[in-house]
Amino acid sequence: MADVTSVPSQAVRAARHARRIAAQDRFATGVLTAIVGLVLAVLVAIVGYILVNGAGKLFDVSFLTSKPEQFRAGGGIGPELFNSFYLLVLTLVISVPVSLGAAVFLAEYAPDNAATTVAKTAIETLSSLPSIVVGLFGFLFFVLQCGWGFSILSGSLALTMFNIPILVRTIQQALEAVPRTQRDAGLALGLTKWETTIHVLLPAAMPAIVTGVVLSAGRVFGEAAALIYTAGQSAPALDFLNFDLTSASCPWNVFRPAETLAVHIWKINSEGVVPDLEAVSNGTAAVLMVCILAFNLLARWAGKAIARRLTAE
Amino acid sequence: MPKHRLERCGLTVTGACVALVTVLVVTLIVMVASHGLATFANDGIAVGDFLLGTTWNPHQADANGNPTVGALPMICGSFAVTILSTVIALPIAIGSAIFVVEVAPGFGRRVFQPLIELLVGIPSVVYGLIGLSVVVAWTRSWSGSTGYGILSASIVLAVMVLPTVTSLSIDALASVPHEYREGSYALGCTRWQTIWNVVLRSATPSLMTATILGMTRAFGESLAVQMVIGNSAQIPGSLLTPASTLTSVLTMGMGNEAMGTVYNDVLWSLALLLMAMSLVFILIIHLIGGRGAVRHG
Repeated sequence: MADVTSVPSQAVRAARHARRIAAQDRFATGVLTAIVGLVLAVLVAIVGYILVNGAGKLFDVSFLTSKPEQFRAGGGIGPELFNSFYLLVLTLVISVPVSLGAAVFLAEYAPDNAATTVAKTAIETLSSLPSIVVGLFGFLFFVLQCGWGFSILSGSLALTMFNIPILVRTIQQALEAVPRTQRDAGLALGLTKWETTIHVLLPAAMPAIVTGVVLSAGRVFGEAAALIYTAGQSAPALDFLNFDLTSASCPWNVFRPAETLAVHIWKINSEGVVPDLEAVSNGTAAVLMVCILAFNLLARWAGKAIARRLTAE
Repeated sequence: MPKHRLERCGLTVTGACVALVTVLVVTLIVMVASHGLATFANDGIAVGDFLLGTTWNPHQADANGNPTVGALPMICGSFAVTILSTVIALPIAIGSAIFVVEVAPGFGRRVFQPLIELLVGIPSVVYGLIGLSVVVAWTRSWSGSTGYGILSASIVLAVMVLPTVTSLSIDALASVPHEYREGSYALGCTRWQTIWNVVLRSATPSLMTATILGMTRAFGESLAVQMVIGNSAQIPGSLLTPASTLTSVLTMGMGNEAMGTVYNDVLWSLALLLMAMSLVFILIIHLIGGRGAVRHG
């Protein structure tokens, strides 16, 4: 008799349990969906807020080309815009070859010894150092020790230090993602390790490398903390017809101080003396945002385009 | 060029790149450390007074005639914003990582991950600016305070570290072997039971690494925090009173003081503290990695 009563109650309990865990599953899925919705909403809100608030200035040519004003309304961001791109180009010119070399060494050559461990730890350390610390080191070393002052050169070297760990990691991952068979095939054909790297591995890894470099360019473009004590917080007016490389108004002079867009936003907000502070900082932020969006799209597009060319041939 | 020379040449050039980076990092650590230690070696300030002193006023002498350079308010501020922002960001980051790995992988790869990458790329000053005009204003509207303070800074930081932690968590969950999930489903588990009991459990070490990396970023962030925290060097009494962090004091102060003055030396000590903390964070990550490796054979 005990069996007869306990069998249905067990079945009922099992059914109840099944219903409960199914409800739990649906509930969890609902919560997870809500979280993702929240993240997407925040993202859209941030990008939308910046673009909408700065829209008025974004298409204002005089804002984009004229020089900033300190105590009057109506200042522009012409020099800052140029400085940001100039610093970015210089930084990439220095950091890409060094990172490429370092990544090739770590991915292909590095012997398994103490020196390699030290080097790997050093790069990892650099990647986790706060950018303000990198900036302060730049101030100490490039600005004071080397005597280059607040200058584009000091700034781009500080940005290089900020950028190298990011680039080394991406390039190394791209190289390591190339299938082992490609290496073996190269070596079996009588190529040396170096030739295999140059002719086989680098081309195969190129799409990922280009995407990584362009994405890192976006990070460099928006970096400010590493720059306030290296490239300085002033932007002398630039004269594009001046080719005297020692003059402060020559745009190409690497020894002139150069405030970038990101530093400009920070500086005018911390000083707070510009009358049209909100309009200028929103406009600058919108310009910065558009550039970052462009870098993101370019990174994706360039990676795909190169991959298509390589595989089509 | 003969092959063996080409090979030697390649090895030398790439090796030199690694050596250059290593030397730069070592120089950085040595230079910041030597400047930071000058406070204690040359200016006669006791390490204990610096780390545990609660008054930060380097222009005024204390009872012993030393400048009052207690860094505890900034240390508390840094830890408070780091922990609070992590607490806010972590559930959201892991939740969305679970969603894109377990629930909707196609959506995750095509839509969510590119968008998260975009969020990583937004400059910190832009976050600071939004913090200033939206978060601070919102906090002010309901709290009756100025709106500047640890709460505002933590909210801004939470949004900033969210993409970092999310994308690392996605990697962590995606690297859990597929067989584990199949085994769990074969036992009749629901998706949530599988996620909770199998996937999250076996990804715990990597998720902890993701968290620590997010904390490293929050701890070292300077400009966005400086813009919204109010910059008052006092032990924070509540989440709504203006406070300051190691980074915010450094950002504000370094430009105003001549090299070699006591105030300047103390600022370098703060930089040293900041550097030491990020080294500690790396060490923790290595310990977690090592333990995970041991446990998984």
